[in-house]
Amino acid sequence: MSARNAILKRLRERADGPLVAPECDFAVVTGRGWSPDERLARFERWITSVHGEVVHTTRDDWGDALARVLADKGVRRLALGREHPVAVEARLALANAEVELVDVDRDIEDWQQEQFERVDAGLTSVGGAIAETGSLWLWPTPDEPRLISLVPSIHVAVLDAETIEDTFFDVMERHDWARGMPTNALLISGPSKTADIEQTLAYGVHGPRELVVLVRHVDADTEESL
Amino acid sequence: MNAENQAFQPQPVQSYSPREFHRQAHDALGNPQIRGNFRKAMDGLMTKRRDSFEGWDLETLRELGANIRMRALAKLPDLLEQLETNCQANGIRVHWAEDGEEACRIIREICEAHDAKSVIKGKSMVSEEMHLNAHLEAAGIEALESDLGEYLVQLNEQTPSHIIMPAIHLNTDEISEILHEKTGTERTRDVDYMTAAARQQLRERFMAADVGVSGVNFAVAETGTLCLVENEGNGRMTTTVPPVHIAVTGIEKVVEHLRDVPPLYSLLTRSATGQHVTTYFNMINSPRKEGEYDGPKEVHLVLVDSGRSSIYQDNELLDTLRCIRCGACMNHCPVYTRVGGHAYGTTYPGPIGSILSPHMMGLEETRDLPTASSLCGACGEVCPVKIPIPDLLVRLRREAVGEGRGNVPGAGVKRTRKEAAAWKGFQWMATHPGVWRSGTAVVGKLKAIMPAKLGAWTEYRTAPKPAGRTLHALVKQHQADKPSVDTPDKEQR
Repeated sequence: MSARNAILKRLRERADGPLVAPECDFAVVTGRGWSPDERLARFERWITSVHGEVVHTTRDDWGDALARVLADKGVRRLALGREHPVAVEARLALANAEVELVDVDRDIEDWQQEQFERVDAGLTSVGGAIAETGSLWLWPTPDEPRLISLVPSIHVAVLDAETIEDTFFDVMERHDWARGMPTNALLISGPSKTADIEQTLAYGVHGPRELVVLVRHVDADTEESL
Repeated sequence: MNAENQAFQPQPVQSYSPREFHRQAHDALGNPQIRGNFRKAMDGLMTKRRDSFEGWDLETLRELGANIRMRALAKLPDLLEQLETNCQANGIRVHWAEDGEEACRIIREICEAHDAKSVIKGKSMVSEEMHLNAHLEAAGIEALESDLGEYLVQLNEQTPSHIIMPAIHLNTDEISEILHEKTGTERTRDVDYMTAAARQQLRERFMAADVGVSGVNFAVAETGTLCLVENEGNGRMTTTVPPVHIAVTGIEKVVEHLRDVPPLYSLLTRSATGQHVTTYFNMINSPRKEGEYDGPKEVHLVLVDSGRSSIYQDNELLDTLRCIRCGACMNHCPVYTRVGGHAYGTTYPGPIGSILSPHMMGLEETRDLPTASSLCGACGEVCPVKIPIPDLLVRLRREAVGEGRGNVPGAGVKRTRKEAAAWKGFQWMATHPGVWRSGTAVVGKLKAIMPAKLGAWTEYRTAPKPAGRTLHALVKQHQADKPSVDTPDKEQR
């Protein structure tokens, strides 16, 4: 008998008989009822507590904010997508900046060394964020592949304030993740870190050393025109 | 102990065995550095855990965690099949292994099929349990650990001393010395410098690796999703950069629904290190699809039994399989804190190791582990999925002396005729009041001839002194005097 069938047979013919599955009440991980301001405040408090940086900007001006962040951090080469509105707007905003834009729509095998050694930062959109833990959630796409939020030293993520939800459970349920998951889904909560050397916290182990979240707010005048 | 005034040498390479628990514990107790390192770390972890649950209805959350795990176990064979079906539909190849040896062989064969010479590893306790690195190296395949703690332990030719913090037994100076000796970095106490050095060394290896091997924290049957919890990014690197990813896990790690994951993740990070969340929560569903530019082209899942299906047979022992490997039980264990992880001589140390290892290695090997506890109950109180660890320790003690159900490998190994007869005699005496009373009365009379030295007992303690009169006699006397008890001027009487 194959290992598979032998294992399943043992589990099915359990000596002490069949088991009863208990009911699970998920109330404790949902129903926070926070206001948008509370959500934003919690998100910011948690993500900055683990060395994430938050830059507040607006839907209209965020390109300038991005350029400033990149200039401040001395980013010369930025990896980013092409199709997502975030990438489209970023490319426009950075057209005259001193930043070289690195295309990511090519097989990693063709530019692995370049991505590891000669890209300073990666820019991505996010699906949204989680207030309770200060987490961003990402579903990488061919336009914004998995490694650009991991390999470059700086990860710049663009988050719309109104997409912050209360809990991880809420995000999963409201966006019906169980109906179809992507190749890779991620929660990112801060830059890479370790405490493996005598419990001393150090940032930037294998992943990014810095995580900058550009939080885009709806402009006051845009809001009025809606 | 002042750590800075000592000359540091990496600890000598040693191999540990659960058979030698007493000797290893004794050695560790006499090592002030080990004791200092663990005491400091465990105190910090206990405080952080407590703080991280502030404002939470912890009991309700633990109840939910326990119920989710229990539900998964109740449906285990069906969920494993569902997991397999959904993983396969997503393009993940699923393999089953009866034991560690078979799992090692499966992984080696996948490596060989790709002509792999170098494997990079994310943290996986199951791979430690089956000694995967040694197996691969014997086949000429280099296996390199990429979790910083695991990397340090591997450089020092040791095994992890904690399931979450593998290098917790080493302090900064020792780590500096290890990195200096093995990789040529400067001697320093600068943790950022050492971290950056390891980052540089390992980035080369991620790029060069032919295969990435990782563990799994939760495997979701409903969607065929493999979830990995980590802070460093090495887990994401391992599962994204090499062309082939092999995930290896125990069959009990499956959960039914995707929605089961958030509560367990919440419990896991807070119980383990007191973090409200880890840096990364990585959910893998498939290999690189057509049109995608990165990620492995092949993903394999190896499901390992290794004694788990035999634990599954027994209603009481079953609770062991609820474990989500947070390590809170060891962080709160007064025995673990004093003897450290290596003294146990097993892959899983501490209370969870003491109730898990006997099933994997048999009670012949692990006979002393269930007794490596004062039964203070702390492990059971902090367990995020409410495993009654103290009860299970007692159960395994009973199994070891042949007083249980006899369904644990090596049951009865500690049974001696003398001890069994002694307890039987005690039982008979204690249930026959007449015999008990005359017996204790005789002991009281003979106390003068009791020896002052009683072997190991009197090495650190004074010898017990039987009372001149038994409790029974005293109570009898007391009752005889009773009329006078309430008299206020009793003293003057």
